[in-house]
Amino acid sequence: MGFDQYHEPASELPDETRTFARLCASLTEEAEAIGWYEQRLAVEPEEEARAIMRDAQGEEFKHFCMDLEFLLRRTPLWREIAEGILFQEGDIVEHGEEAEEEAVEDQASRGAPLAGSESLGIGGLRGRDR
Amino acid sequence: MSHLLRQQAPVTEKGWHLLDTEARERLRPALAARKLVDFAGPHGWEHSATNLGRTDAVDEVTEEGVTARQRRVLGLVELRAPFAVARAELEDVNRGAEDVDLDELDQAALRIARAENAAVFNGWSAAGISGVTEASPHERITLGEDCERYPRHIAKAVDTLRAAGIEGPYGLALGPDAHTRVLETGEHGGYPLLEHLREILGGPIVWAPAVDGGAVLSMRGGDFLFESGEDLSIGWLDHDADAVRLYLEESFSFRVATPEAAVDLPA
Repeated sequence: MGFDQYHEPASELPDETRTFARLCASLTEEAEAIGWYEQRLAVEPEEEARAIMRDAQGEEFKHFCMDLEFLLRRTPLWREIAEGILFQEGDIVEHGEEAEEEAVEDQASRGAPLAGSESLGIGGLRGRDR
Repeated sequence: MSHLLRQQAPVTEKGWHLLDTEARERLRPALAARKLVDFAGPHGWEHSATNLGRTDAVDEVTEEGVTARQRRVLGLVELRAPFAVARAELEDVNRGAEDVDLDELDQAALRIARAENAAVFNGWSAAGISGVTEASPHERITLGEDCERYPRHIAKAVDTLRAAGIEGPYGLALGPDAHTRVLETGEHGGYPLLEHLREILGGPIVWAPAVDGGAVLSMRGGDFLFESGEDLSIGWLDHDADAVRLYLEESFSFRVATPEAAVDLPA
């Protein structure tokens, strides 16, 4: 696949951004693999082959979740939005809109770090007195 | 590469993750001012001054029929707290060591947090900063060491602010000694003093290193303005075969817009 997970020259990117991009690429690949196995399972009649593919697809589920968790841990805003959408009952689009609005407003009031900043990202701490 | 020169340091990604995490964990509990005052920014390292919206007349104008005024600004102050980490310790991080000695980083974090708190609460004339307690026009209420009297003192401070037309919620910054006394004390009937004070205030009580005694201030917003240029960051100074010398750094200004919105509680 070469180095096509980078959109900007790799030599200009900080280490952590390159790692982030690699995991984003991995997340995409796992999602694609999940979709491919889903299609194969839909057409494969042989039971033993299906069992192997179901097992393989389970591996991809696990890889996808591990990639996602890694990325969320390093992206607080993404994590906050994800917390408002994932594992919730009800209207997904509605949850998405609400989660985005709350997370972005909250981040702005906290003093979120500037894009590309290497700061510790502490910002304002109102409401975090304990 | 930013002016922090982090890429020049012989520190692996894992090492940086540990240093940044440790710094955040040490700084957050000690940054009392940020828990009580308005925070704006960060606006970046190149942000140099806060607009005060005022001007001074400039007397000598070369051309007749022309007047001149000059904008008044508050320059941001840069704080820097250096520390060193042994390279052997950083190498052990990569081996998976969990008990890395980051004592100098911990001390630097406390020093810079104390300096920030001191500027905000006590003021810093050399940097043009007027602090919350020194700006307050209200009569001071001595806190003392007798915890039984603290609810009365805090209630009096809150009443003073209400009487001046300053709405709540109100927050309380307590110096380490007073904070410890409050945490240790249960009132008659065993009800924690901390909870009683929170009910009076309607807001938080924060541990405030560098504050002597305490201060009650309104948290309604718009009264106390902290402006961040570069938020707290770790940068690289230099290194040799034994140690890497780094520093914690930030730039900020602080203004009191409403001096009446706080009451000083000296120890």
